[in-house]
Amino acid sequence: MNRNRRTSLQVAGSAGLYGALLAIGLLRPGQASAQSLEQAFKTAGIAETLKALGAAGAPESKDIVINAPDIAENGAVVPVGIRSGLANTQMMALLVEKNPSALAGAYDILDGAEADVNMRIKMGQTSDVFAVVKADGKFYVAKKEIKVTLGGCGG
Amino acid sequence: MADPMKIRAVVRNGVADVRVLMAHEMETGQRKDSSGKLVPAWYISEVTGALNGKQVLKAYWGPAISKNPYLQFKVKGAKAGDKITVSWVDNKGEKRTDEATAS
Repeated sequence: MNRNRRTSLQVAGSAGLYGALLAIGLLRPGQASAQSLEQAFKTAGIAETLKALGAAGAPESKDIVINAPDIAENGAVVPVGIRSGLANTQMMALLVEKNPSALAGAYDILDGAEADVNMRIKMGQTSDVFAVVKADGKFYVAKKEIKVTLGGCGG
Repeated sequence: MADPMKIRAVVRNGVADVRVLMAHEMETGQRKDSSGKLVPAWYISEVTGALNGKQVLKAYWGPAISKNPYLQFKVKGAKAGDKITVSWVDNKGEKRTDEATAS
């Protein structure tokens, strides 16, 4: 038995299964982005991270609201919320421009959840934060500057 | 085993407001200990939220999420008595699942 052939058959089989799951709607395209997210978590800077997310050149949207303080006293705990008013929001992500890796968190909004999440993040220094929203297959961004008086990284 | 999460789910006008507090170090991998060695990264990488067993939210996190993470999300079509389940997995493969009843 040819071993290589076996493994390639297995790979082909799982790809086929994946395609079938996708076709019958068990998997939504948003979830398929997990691999590219892994890459996006490793990149620094907004432009690079947007590219890793597949959102390079996304236009700004006024329907995305970043709910965060203008000045955060403690960079270790900065409350940030993202709300999207865009129809069919599938994915939302939060990026911090000057953190060692820009992507802080990404959220798949599946059936039944509202496009409204809140979290607490660390920020090394004063920086712009970007909300990236994927709605109806298209990406949009919004940004807000948060001033940090005490950094939350290192220590 | 990690400490349990604190989950509160309050329903208002058919939408459950779910607030979760997890107990986790969320080590960034950037910090050095007293001997100058890098402390390896240790953080929750995935969180899922489900209503009555049906997944509604999946979060992918990096180490930039604060220590003892807080997450708030909203679930449509929920009513009092519904089960809200939250699970997380960290980058070392440790996991935790907790459940709360919406009120």
